[in-house]
Amino acid sequence: MNKHLISAGDLSREDAVLILDTAAELASVAGRPIKKLPTLRGRTVVNLFYEDSTRTRASFEAAAKRLSADVINFSAKGSSVAKGESLKDTALTLEAMGSDAIVVRHPASGAPRRLADWTSGRVINAGDGTHEHPTQALLDAFTIRQRLVGPDQRGKGLDGVRVTIVGDILHSRVARSNVLLLDTLGAEVTVVAPPTLMPWAIETWPCKASYDFDAELRKTDVAMMLRVQQERMSAAFFPTVREYRRRYGLDTGRMALLPEHAIVMHPGPMNRGVEIAAEVADSPRSTIVAQVANGVTVRMAVLYLMLGGAAEGAA
Amino acid sequence: MSEQWLIKGASITGGEAADIHINDGIIAAVGPGLTAVGATVLDAGGLVALPGLVDLHTHLREPGREDAETVETGTRAAALGGYTAVHAMANTEPVADTAGVVEQVWRLGQQAGYVDVRPVGAVTVGLAGKQLAELGAMADSAARVRVFSDDGFCVADPLLMRRALEYVKAFDGVIAQHAQEPRLTEGAQLNEGEVASRLGLAGWPAAAEEAIIARDCLLAAHVDAALHVCHVSTAGSVEIIRWAKSKGWRVTAEVTPHHLLLTDDLAADYDTVFKVNPPLRTQADVDALRAALADGTIDCVATDHAPHPVEAKEAEWAAAANGMTGLETALRVVQLAMVEGGLLDWAGVADRMSVRPAAIGRVPGHGQPIAPGAPANLTLYDAAAPAAAVDPRTHASKSRNNPFAGRALPGAVAAVFLRGTATVLDGKVTR
Repeated sequence: MNKHLISAGDLSREDAVLILDTAAELASVAGRPIKKLPTLRGRTVVNLFYEDSTRTRASFEAAAKRLSADVINFSAKGSSVAKGESLKDTALTLEAMGSDAIVVRHPASGAPRRLADWTSGRVINAGDGTHEHPTQALLDAFTIRQRLVGPDQRGKGLDGVRVTIVGDILHSRVARSNVLLLDTLGAEVTVVAPPTLMPWAIETWPCKASYDFDAELRKTDVAMMLRVQQERMSAAFFPTVREYRRRYGLDTGRMALLPEHAIVMHPGPMNRGVEIAAEVADSPRSTIVAQVANGVTVRMAVLYLMLGGAAEGAA
Repeated sequence: MSEQWLIKGASITGGEAADIHINDGIIAAVGPGLTAVGATVLDAGGLVALPGLVDLHTHLREPGREDAETVETGTRAAALGGYTAVHAMANTEPVADTAGVVEQVWRLGQQAGYVDVRPVGAVTVGLAGKQLAELGAMADSAARVRVFSDDGFCVADPLLMRRALEYVKAFDGVIAQHAQEPRLTEGAQLNEGEVASRLGLAGWPAAAEEAIIARDCLLAAHVDAALHVCHVSTAGSVEIIRWAKSKGWRVTAEVTPHHLLLTDDLAADYDTVFKVNPPLRTQADVDALRAALADGTIDCVATDHAPHPVEAKEAEWAAAANGMTGLETALRVVQLAMVEGGLLDWAGVADRMSVRPAAIGRVPGHGQPIAPGAPANLTLYDAAAPAAAVDPRTHASKSRNNPFAGRALPGAVAAVFLRGTATVLDGKVTR
């Protein structure tokens, strides 16, 4: 595996399958009374979060602590960053304090890549601007494999699984990472959005593109719904929330058109009643809660493989 | 105190080798086998003699941003790049929108003595795009401003642009537009294309430049005024300018050295040295710009030298400043992109980097043929110098944000004369 995990494109198929297999093994830890493995004892993981994010940070924190790592939470608000400290100085400060890994979420695309220039620790991208969110894609892939690939998943990818990602693809780091990772794992990906929310040069991405949700949902195994931000309306990406919901929202009517076995996913946080109806989010097809749980185990796998390795004491 | 020089054996704009006798600030004689008693002899065998280069677009940052550059350091850099005159853009702090500020910049240039500094006046007060600045006062000032630009910002209001184009006709002025439709480029970071899409950076569509250029060409035609288009960056812009010129409209255009060589895929690692406005574009755009400079649709090369202190660039892409330095590498880049590609010969370089920019800027005494009687503004260039990697740490500019760092460029400026006084000898400044 690469030194850093900044883009889902950094992962080969072997890397990705290894992470999923490792996560499957680590999943049992969550069920134990003592939810701990000693693998990363003495290692320091810093959560450097420039954006509000309770769920992702908590997920990484839980993952690191279950592996017995020390966790330092560095949030931008109320720190020297709020006083205007540059990304570089923050990186050098963390470096001086000795961090083995920095998990970074930042509103600017490319910030983790620059951070990697200034730190000797490993950089894990927890979401940078509209660029990527590789661990989200990993937990999504893990969830799909869990639900749709038959028993005995070890060593398997997602070959032939049809995934449809619906929403504001243009601004979505989750979509970018998912398109790359799902393609690497052999899935067939289609992105659906109104033309204004479709990325430029989408024809160069390893996926199909469609403006027609109703046509695509009948032939998909996974409907992955993305959050649509209300602010996009003022920049004229779509006329009203109502029109967006009518044309691209996964309501109960559309859910009934999905193939029998198809699952519904959402990275959260959801706008219930916009891109996804409440009944759909709460239906048995929905993997939304499982995704959150899988997030912890997948992040444990990433930290384990990047920091633990064979060199450190095994579990 | 004037120097007397006898330059021996220089190839005059790439043609026959000849001697050049400089005396009292003018070219006294040009021809083979000249002699001149009391003149310092300079062996220019193997060197190309060009009229002193004229830059229509430079940011000297003074007043206000002396941490990035001063008139002294910027003009020193210009001289080392082969320039004898530069136009200093108006986006200083305070903005050069009054006679007072332009005169200050002009005097600082005189004091430094490296090149003739021609201050550019802002079109609108404070570059805010709302009210015309006192263009007449700046034209009448000691700085004799003729080029007006809100560069950094677009004069987006079509009525204001029309008025500005008309108004400066009274004193033979020209409006130089930074063509960028603001509503189409809010928050834009990189050329709207495949690379920006993959990197998650907001796109800067080519149409936002082309739409303004088309509009301005029509306005200039309608009021019969002179329009100059700054830093043309797209193939579509080239076509529009070609069309406008075919109609006989008074439109001129410039291209930067970096847009002749670099493309947006260089941003793949989010290295902010490649962040510039207008952004780097695709190879198809580079090819169209080169062809346009070759056939004269684009009149000249202008550096858009934009120095920035380290902390302004050492940040995540969205927070980094736009701009690249370029004075000291311009001629070498043009040699690589145009001369070595067979698109332009040295006479063509003289035309695009001296004659035409001097004409567009209405700069007296510069851009003239190397012939007796002309002011001795001269550049001697060693085109045969072996390609060497660019190291911005050796540059005279205060700033290091040069996109060619580490890249091998051919050629070297050997000597530069400003009205007969050597500002550069042996590739180094004389003071």
